[in-house]
Amino acid sequence: MYSFDYERPSGVNEAVSAIREDDKFLAGGQTLLPTLKLRLAQADKLIDLSGIAELKGISVSESEVSIGAMTRHVDVANSADVKSAIPALAYLASHIGDAQVRNRGTIGGSISNNDPAADYPAALVGLGATVHTNKRSISAEDFFVDLFETALEEDELVTKVTFPVPEKAGYAKFPNPASRFALTGVFVAQTAQGVRVAVTGAGPCVFRQTDMEAALSSNFSADAVSGIKTEASGLSADIHASADYRANLISVMAARAVQAAS
Amino acid sequence: MTTVSMTVNGKQVSAEVAPNTLLVQFIRENLRLTGTHVGCDTSQCGACTVHVDGDSVKSCTMLAVQADGAEVTTIEGLAQNGELHPMQAAFKENHGLQCGFCTPGMIMSAVDLVKRNPNPSEETIRTELEGNICRCTGYHNIVKSVKSASENMGG
Repeated sequence: MYSFDYERPSGVNEAVSAIREDDKFLAGGQTLLPTLKLRLAQADKLIDLSGIAELKGISVSESEVSIGAMTRHVDVANSADVKSAIPALAYLASHIGDAQVRNRGTIGGSISNNDPAADYPAALVGLGATVHTNKRSISAEDFFVDLFETALEEDELVTKVTFPVPEKAGYAKFPNPASRFALTGVFVAQTAQGVRVAVTGAGPCVFRQTDMEAALSSNFSADAVSGIKTEASGLSADIHASADYRANLISVMAARAVQAAS
Repeated sequence: MTTVSMTVNGKQVSAEVAPNTLLVQFIRENLRLTGTHVGCDTSQCGACTVHVDGDSVKSCTMLAVQADGAEVTTIEGLAQNGELHPMQAAFKENHGLQCGFCTPGMIMSAVDLVKRNPNPSEETIRTELEGNICRCTGYHNIVKSVKSASENMGG
């Protein structure tokens, strides 16, 4: 790891005014630290967000689940309130990485990194969540721009994510057996605005599968989606799986997600 | 250099470290507690697992400065008054190790696992230990050890 300076501010304003071009915000560090260790990234200064109390915590109302950016995966997974409002969200959080990663990793860190195989982007897009920053509110679909790219500006920090409570939702993923990242993961939700189907892991960035949304709108059942194919061109291909294999996984995982929906 | 202070195995420690010092480096090189192992150094194998404020974490994927003010427990802090922790005793009893390299991390993860799931099924144990890799393929007896310890720890 190259050397860097370190700062731990206690407020959001302090954190965003401290950041300079070659600095990085440090959330749970479960991606950033390995990346720095491999010298794939470099920072003049790390601004550790762990001392900012206002970024932590979960609050749940009848219509909305709000999760602070520095809330850890383990806290979302174990929250009785999240489990009862959006069980699929707690389930998703309980399957990110492994136990040690969930004890450190945060929702804000995960979505700001926008790894193409991360789980949370599927939940945000699938539920039509809103990402709140120190500057504005961004719909999940506008937030995730492309491979490791988000709508965030240099001095913009995610403060919380709000999820509208759906009628029902489900998540299913085929994990990479080594890393537990989603080789393909599908989040389905029946919401007041209609059915949403979000796919992670299969392409360079999370996306909605609109053919499946249409099919599920008239018939919310696993049978309605298991036969719907996704075009393989544009999907990811690597040593773990070809684009065709991922395209097939979308149908399989979508059917399982519908089956699991509650 | 930055000053870090934390409690490690019940003892208050403090040192000047470079910000890019990993927690595992601090534990092994500054404190000379070499029971915590570095296996893969890429946050996969879990040999470096320690407890920070009661939660299992991979100490190769945390900076020492991030543990400032925290309570840290390493494998050396489990035994009390010369008595092995029930989890350590169960690994010994059930031959839960072969070469022993992954064992400190396995035991630290297993203690946290049983804390969160007081009566874990075999499936829960296997799922919850996903963050720890044993290259002797000794998982079977590791799972047996954790199961047996969970019974002793509960009783």
